Amino acid sequence: MKFLPLVWKSLWRRKVRTLFTLGAIFVAFVLFGLLMTIRTAFTFGVELAGQDRLVLIHKVSLIMPLPITYQQRIQSVEGVDLATHQSWFGGVYQDPSNFFAQIAVDPGDHLEMYPEYELPPEEVTAWLADRQGAIVGRVLADRFGWEVGDRIPLQATIWQPRNGTWEFNIRGIYDGDDTVDRTQMFFRYDYLEENRADGEDLVGWYIVRVEDPARAVELAAQFDQMFANSPAETKTTTERGFLDGFAKQIGDISAIMVAIVTAVLFNILMIAVTTMAQSVRERTNELAVLKTLGFRDSSVLSLVLAESLFIALLGGGLGLGLAWLIVQGGDPTGGLLAIYTLPMRDLVIGTGLAITLGLLAGLFPALAAMRLRITDALRRP
Amino acid sequence: MSGPVAGADTGPIVRTNGVTKHFTRGSERVDVLQGVNIEVTRGEFLVLMGPSGSGKTTLLNLIGGLDRPTGGTIEVAGVRISDLSGNALARWRSRSIGFVFQLYNLLPVLTAQRNVELPLLLTKLSAAERRRRAAIALKIVGLADRAKYYPRQLSGGQEQRVGIARAIVTDPALLLCDEPTGDLDRKAGDEILELLQTLNREIGTTILMVTHDPHAADRAGRTLHLDKGVLREVAA
Repeated sequence: MKFLPLVWKSLWRRKVRTLFTLGAIFVAFVLFGLLMTIRTAFTFGVELAGQDRLVLIHKVSLIMPLPITYQQRIQSVEGVDLATHQSWFGGVYQDPSNFFAQIAVDPGDHLEMYPEYELPPEEVTAWLADRQGAIVGRVLADRFGWEVGDRIPLQATIWQPRNGTWEFNIRGIYDGDDTVDRTQMFFRYDYLEENRADGEDLVGWYIVRVEDPARAVELAAQFDQMFANSPAETKTTTERGFLDGFAKQIGDISAIMVAIVTAVLFNILMIAVTTMAQSVRERTNELAVLKTLGFRDSSVLSLVLAESLFIALLGGGLGLGLAWLIVQGGDPTGGLLAIYTLPMRDLVIGTGLAITLGLLAGLFPALAAMRLRITDALRRP
Repeated sequence: MSGPVAGADTGPIVRTNGVTKHFTRGSERVDVLQGVNIEVTRGEFLVLMGPSGSGKTTLLNLIGGLDRPTGGTIEVAGVRISDLSGNALARWRSRSIGFVFQLYNLLPVLTAQRNVELPLLLTKLSAAERRRRAAIALKIVGLADRAKYYPRQLSGGQEQRVGIARAIVTDPALLLCDEPTGDLDRKAGDEILELLQTLNREIGTTILMVTHDPHAADRAGRTLHLDKGVLREVAA
């Protein structure tokens, strides 16, 4: 602690240079925070997916439907706790830019499969009692100002209606913590089945909860074997794998974000290394004086590393703090993103990166300072 | 690593025995010191003179533990420093030696007070005690009123006084001065020499000073002359 004033004063030896370096690190970590937020938004659910849930899709493509008759066969397999189905609707609300997910489900099975969804009991009852009923996530409801009791018309893009138009009654608004996607709408499969012009007895995919997650791989193979050589062969994956594949339909956002962050941080590392090296070079004589006074080689190494760490942690901390504040300000797309949060895990990773940056940037200059020979260094101007 | 040498309290504070030092410049070997034997008694003010390149500063650096001899032994304040490890040597320097440089070598980002406190950071003293001792050292060199000044706000003579305050703040056994007046005008130089003389006379500080300046040498109790790495005593 007693060396802190010395570290602090040395840092501000060249104020402009320190401020620019601090600024560069600050901006890099603001960017890191925002890019990680976007990455989380696009890979939402992938890492939070239930370990005990499997997803069965058509072997050819996710967009190919599966027969509803599969549900009974899947449910009858030993080790399956619950099997249910979901179907993508793909409707448009007023304007194509108002995109959000609408999924047809069996309401009872759906709520049992996803206990993390918070829905008041009276709203559950109302949904189960209304064939045209739907539940929407809190973020989605806020986005369009919907309330329970509102009637929502959707324009069909995949499933043309047999009669009239597609209209839904909002019977509930579900909520949940930050890990729950609250941007979706779920409506009843029986309404879809009853009113669509074609595609009867078909569903989009199956969700299966297994009794023992340790048997997930074995059961997945068993399902695919069960439907092999049928008109609709399946490909079973974990819920994580399914969501990951779903997210990658728009591109591997996660990899792109990580690549950008890596490039930015590498550049910042180069800047920080140059700055620290220059700073040490300018102070060769002063460092030699410290050694003359009795500072050990390791003390000099620590002083230089402390400077580097301090600047990286200050810039990184402020940058992460600002990114967090920006994210708290809310989703700039007005609810288009499934989730808009800077996870604690990324804040911890960011802090770790700042520490690594500080150590790497200071390491070589600090080693050079440590190895200074006093008599040589004192002779330099 | 060596311990204290028997009879250290009563014997000379510095004793070198057959000290040699050579450097290699390319393929050429340069013998800077050739078997130097020197003894400095406690409380003495000894001046080391000689032309440029004669090995004065090299000898001073060896006695101060900043460099290691090629051959021979060096004992300072009862410790055979030529045998100490790097860390032990650093610790010993912080406790036993005060250095005064020609170019003052103050840290420009620290005030005079903080510069003087620097060697005390290596002790276990409290912050308050460090401040108190630094204030006393500044008072001794006549700069109590400049404690909050930065080096750039001081004259050359004042900077050197701060340098001396830094050198004496740990109450070292030996003060090593390398051309302390070399960068000062005559008046400021005289003041510094006067200060060193006072420290030697009134506090009993043992001083070993390297200088070119015969005028500076007049202040010393004894003068040694080094030429081409060989030492000889100059008659008083």
